[in-house]
Amino acid sequence: MGFKGLFESGQGFTMTDVEGKLVPERGRMDVEGAFTHVSSSQVNVAYKSTHVINYKRTRAEIGQALRKKPNYLHYDLVDKHRSSPLQKGTDNITVETDVKAPRDYRFIMPEFMPRPHFEYRDRVLEKLERRDMLRRRTVINIPEFYVGSIMAVTVSDPFAPNKKNRFLGICIDRGGHGLKAYFVLRNVVDGLGVEIFYQMYSPTLHSIEVIRLEKRLDDRLYYLRNCPLEHSTFSFDMEPIALPRGAQVPVNTLKLKLNPKPWDERWERQDLKGIEPIELTPKMIKGIQKVHNASATPWKKHDLMLHYRSKVNEEEEETIMAEVYKENQLLESMRKTSKATLKKKK
Amino acid sequence: MALTMYPAICSLTPSMARLTSCYFSTSQKLYEIRKLARMRIVDNSAIGKAAAQLGKPPRVIYVYNAKEVGMLGDKVLVTVKGEMKRAYIVGLKQKQYPNVPRMDTNNIVLVDDNGSPLGNRIMVPIPSALRGKGGDLTKILSLATKFV
Repeated sequence: MGFKGLFESGQGFTMTDVEGKLVPERGRMDVEGAFTHVSSSQVNVAYKSTHVINYKRTRAEIGQALRKKPNYLHYDLVDKHRSSPLQKGTDNITVETDVKAPRDYRFIMPEFMPRPHFEYRDRVLEKLERRDMLRRRTVINIPEFYVGSIMAVTVSDPFAPNKKNRFLGICIDRGGHGLKAYFVLRNVVDGLGVEIFYQMYSPTLHSIEVIRLEKRLDDRLYYLRNCPLEHSTFSFDMEPIALPRGAQVPVNTLKLKLNPKPWDERWERQDLKGIEPIELTPKMIKGIQKVHNASATPWKKHDLMLHYRSKVNEEEEETIMAEVYKENQLLESMRKTSKATLKKKK
Repeated sequence: MALTMYPAICSLTPSMARLTSCYFSTSQKLYEIRKLARMRIVDNSAIGKAAAQLGKPPRVIYVYNAKEVGMLGDKVLVTVKGEMKRAYIVGLKQKQYPNVPRMDTNNIVLVDDNGSPLGNRIMVPIPSALRGKGGDLTKILSLATKFV
């Protein structure tokens, strides 16, 4: 009987003594009712006693327990973990790279720089791509080249009799980030202009040779399509010319004369340095003005955020290029040792 | 300023609309081979040479594929000097897949109804990618002097 009272005290009954006079009438009625069905209530007691609830909790404590839990760890919690003595000796994991790439390294291998658009950055993907690119570079030698250099590319061709196809031409475009890096070669074969788009890290490439290393005044030489064919004609059996060691890459300051119209593009509207000045017609001048008016945004030079976001920031660039430089040094040393061993065997 | 300008603009609007709106497409060139595209015959067939001398390039009047846009190695129907001839596309100005050459002109080789070429020599380089296609193209490829 006493046990039953104790149990029911949780449900709001102010019962201290069942047989005492202080017990309210309602409570006594209930107890008497329960007393009549002892056998059934005993079973219920055994069942309900498995739930252990702390009824002495305050309202505030219950609220604390039922509050919405955030999706992150509280800063104090993390900080406590960081400062715990168990963390001693783990700061050696992050090794700082003392190696610094030369300042012009990013112009030699611009494809290692990520795409600067901050919305499409994916640092994990970039890292993985860089690793894949370096792995590809262990197999194939991708030399330093620029737009305007004359190059020869050998591609595997399943239908050719010797399963290879070699093409030589002037590099008229270069771009792309990461594994999607590309370049375009142009040459004139039997009086017909031919251009081929190559993916730099494509596994079908056998070799990339640089025949003549030089730069031109422009970043893209698509205007060669509208120049006399002699400017993009190169013999397929050109001998490679090596620059003296430590020499700077020469800039070819050749200025070309465009064919008369029609042209593929409106070259007069693009600020081209590698072509002779064009005789402008009034219509052309109007077009140039229109383009300048459309792009007239004098406030842009004061937009600091725009400048910051338009390129990968310098610190990040340094870390990326240092990583690439270090890997390349390792690769070159490996190549040298393998060459030396080959010589010894001979 | 705006208020004083407003009536002037209103009076100009109809004529300005006529001046500024373009009645021609200003989108980027795609160089697609559709109907009425002008081509260049690159074999030494008599009819092709005569058309070149006249300065009248052949025009595509039908492309034998579902899309009706000619791709490398597709068969087309062209008009040459008022005659209908079948031809194969062997070079395109359009942007191509990686490692496939893009030519400065849209080139075709004329064939007869049996699929054998009308000329006996091709004067320009042929994309090496066509070698895998088979069919009537093998007859054309046997005339080629150079592959790129």
